[in-house]
Amino acid sequence: MAEEPLIVARGLVKRFGEFTAVDGIDVSVERGEAFGFLGPNGAGKSSTMRMISCVSAPTAGELRILGMDPVRDGVAIRGRLGVCPQLDNLDTDLSVFENLTTYARYFGLSRAEARRRAGELLEFVQLADRAKGKVEPLSGGMKRRLTIARAMVNDPEIVLLDEPTTGLDPQARHLLWERLYQLKRRGVTLVLTTHYMDEAEQLCDRLVVMDGGRIVAEGSPRELIARYSTPEVVELRFAGGADAAVKLDGVGERVDPLPDRVLVYARDGDAAVAEVHRRGLAPSSVLVRRSTLEDVFLHLTGRTLVD
Amino acid sequence: MMTVMAAGRAVRRGLFGGVSAGRVGAVLGRNVGALRSGPAYWLVLLSGFFEPLLYLLSIGVGVGALVGAVPVGGRPVDYAVFVAPAMLAVSAMSGALAETTFNVFFKFKYARTYDAVLATPVRPVEIALGELTWALVRCLFYTLMFLVVMVVLGLTSAGGALAAFPATALVGLAFGAVGMAISTFLRGWQDFDLLTTGQFTLFLFSGTFSPVQDYPVVFEVIVTLTPLYHAVELVRGLAVGPAGWMLLVHAGYLVVMAVAGLWVASRRIGKLLLV
Amino acid sequence: MAGSGVHATVAVLERHLTLYRRLFWASAMSSFLLPVLFLVSIGLGVGGYVGDLGGVSYLQWIVPGVMASTAFQMAVGETTYPVLGDFKWTRGYHAMRATPVRIGDMVAGQVLVMVVRVLPQAVVFLLVVLLFGGLRSWWSVVTPLVCAAVVVASALPVMGFSARIDNDGYFALLFRFVMIPMTLFAGVFFPVAQLPVVAQWLAWVSPLWHGVELCRAATLGVAPPWPVWAHVACLVAWTVAGGWFAMRGFARRLAV
Repeated sequence: MAEEPLIVARGLVKRFGEFTAVDGIDVSVERGEAFGFLGPNGAGKSSTMRMISCVSAPTAGELRILGMDPVRDGVAIRGRLGVCPQLDNLDTDLSVFENLTTYARYFGLSRAEARRRAGELLEFVQLADRAKGKVEPLSGGMKRRLTIARAMVNDPEIVLLDEPTTGLDPQARHLLWERLYQLKRRGVTLVLTTHYMDEAEQLCDRLVVMDGGRIVAEGSPRELIARYSTPEVVELRFAGGADAAVKLDGVGERVDPLPDRVLVYARDGDAAVAEVHRRGLAPSSVLVRRSTLEDVFLHLTGRTLVD
Repeated sequence: MMTVMAAGRAVRRGLFGGVSAGRVGAVLGRNVGALRSGPAYWLVLLSGFFEPLLYLLSIGVGVGALVGAVPVGGRPVDYAVFVAPAMLAVSAMSGALAETTFNVFFKFKYARTYDAVLATPVRPVEIALGELTWALVRCLFYTLMFLVVMVVLGLTSAGGALAAFPATALVGLAFGAVGMAISTFLRGWQDFDLLTTGQFTLFLFSGTFSPVQDYPVVFEVIVTLTPLYHAVELVRGLAVGPAGWMLLVHAGYLVVMAVAGLWVASRRIGKLLLV
Repeated sequence: MAGSGVHATVAVLERHLTLYRRLFWASAMSSFLLPVLFLVSIGLGVGGYVGDLGGVSYLQWIVPGVMASTAFQMAVGETTYPVLGDFKWTRGYHAMRATPVRIGDMVAGQVLVMVVRVLPQAVVFLLVVLLFGGLRSWWSVVTPLVCAAVVVASALPVMGFSARIDNDGYFALLFRFVMIPMTLFAGVFFPVAQLPVVAQWLAWVSPLWHGVELCRAATLGVAPPWPVWAHVACLVAWTVAGGWFAMRGFARRLAV
């Protein structure tokens, strides 16, 4: 018999008064996969994550985590989850090491076990040399790694990461991704939210794109690109602005004029460029690149700024 | 326009040794502006008045009913009459200190208000004077209200109140200046525990609740060296009596405090921020 | 199940003890030195003019009051900025919320750590006032327990208050309009009977007055003004109502 998915949501809804943050979503996450929630700010990702981490009760719909009901069995479920919240909530008055041991005790680990786990995890997130130090002087990337170590302290079956690399510099992000990849290889199920497309492509086996509280697309990064974009994208800039867009009608599969440049979605980028030149247009710059999840995302959720 | 302003600045520099009343006023104006930020700061400000008043009612009136009379300058007075001027001096002290320690430290370390101010023509000594003036405004607001209460309760005469009011300004100035100097040395919030404990110790043992003559001699000598003692004696002498040449000594002590505090504070602010 | 029940409460208690270890000296100063200074200034200094009060010296009369009010002030101090801070700045409660720790564990653990702190403090204070000749009865040994009851009865409602505010400016109001008036008018320094009737009513309602009178009955070896069970019942009522208020406040703040 196939194992029940670790997380199952059916018609899940979260309302705050009049405002509907999550508007009936269906999701299932299998053991061992890395699952992503993608979407602009306010899409309902964090509300969904809070329901999954059993700190916010669903308004309607069904939600089962590890085969249990998050409202009734919240304590038991939380004992088997690891949570890395969007806002750091490390204990700044405790040392790095004490942050882990104190947190471990919340899960009922013995003091000796807590110390052992803390030592191991600090090695894993490469902070062993900071064990005795304070939290405050750590860099943003180090704090996030410490938070991830803390989320691992109870050896959880699922780790929830809410925008794990927001606000980090590129080196810190890559180190973090590498550590998360190691976790995945150990068989830990990862559920993360992000609005970085490169992060989703790096980490997620499967993802859903959310917009306005609903799921607008679902699949692996590769599937989504295949479905909602073309293999290649040509970015064209024109000295005289984007007026040239009208003359691009029919080039490639789709033309998307932006204020500063024009995107041409095409199966074959070079062929599209050749067609542009054939029509006598002279763009000031031409860039042919592979289509990314960002193209899918912008196509699905629109280009207006959400904030 | 620029030349006119520059010329004006040069003239003022000559007249006031470089301190510009306009720039001091700008620092002061920032604090007045903060009052408009919302009811929280207002309420905190206003509530500060009640603390010494509550002590006056509890210890002065409540315990006073058990005490009877206490000698002041050889003349027995009601215990509440004895305690009231001390609480007046305390309200001047704590009003000025709250502003120049807690708030100045916050602006210094966290809000970084002064970094922004010093990026303008405003100089450290002008920041110090501006903050001190504001502390004085807060202090006088407390002492004025407190004096009204004292007169209403019959704890001093109208004449006594008029005489004591300027003295409370001196008390506020002295503690405000020293408080500002101290706040430039504070390392973090944990030092405030130390500061509060020190302030509270002064509050309990400066001839506030019982005459210093009752203390053991060694203790009495130590107390006569501490600042709140002089503030209490000065204010009590003016509000209740007896007036004597000793009042000049007390006032002199406070003047020295004010000048020294201001000098240290402006030097330290400059040293810490203009690096 | 690991982490549930008593374990989680103990884990929360340990967290606060770990924090407390860092602040031990600073807080020992305010929770021990200040009451002794108070006793010297008011008890000895002012006491010299008071003479006897109901057959005991004024110092002996205020010892139990200062003791109970120190416990009360610690309870308020530890449940204002630290509680708001764990909601707003360090978000410590949010971190706990993601674990098997329940709201009840958070509240109980934090209150228990104050009980653990107040007991030895009260014992040390008793020993010091014993040297001053401040105690008159063997019943004095129960005063640490009374102090613990005062701590619980006052800490819980303040936790509920701290869980509901967002601006720490309100603490200045709590201190000046609740804590300081209670310390000054709830029978610590002079008998409540001297107060106007309305103020007496307020004093009777306050948890501190019941603690003061129970401590005073114990150190002087006399009967308290109300039956013991009535004083205890008032402290229990504050504990139950405060506990409910705190739990609801925490639940609301964490369930956004």
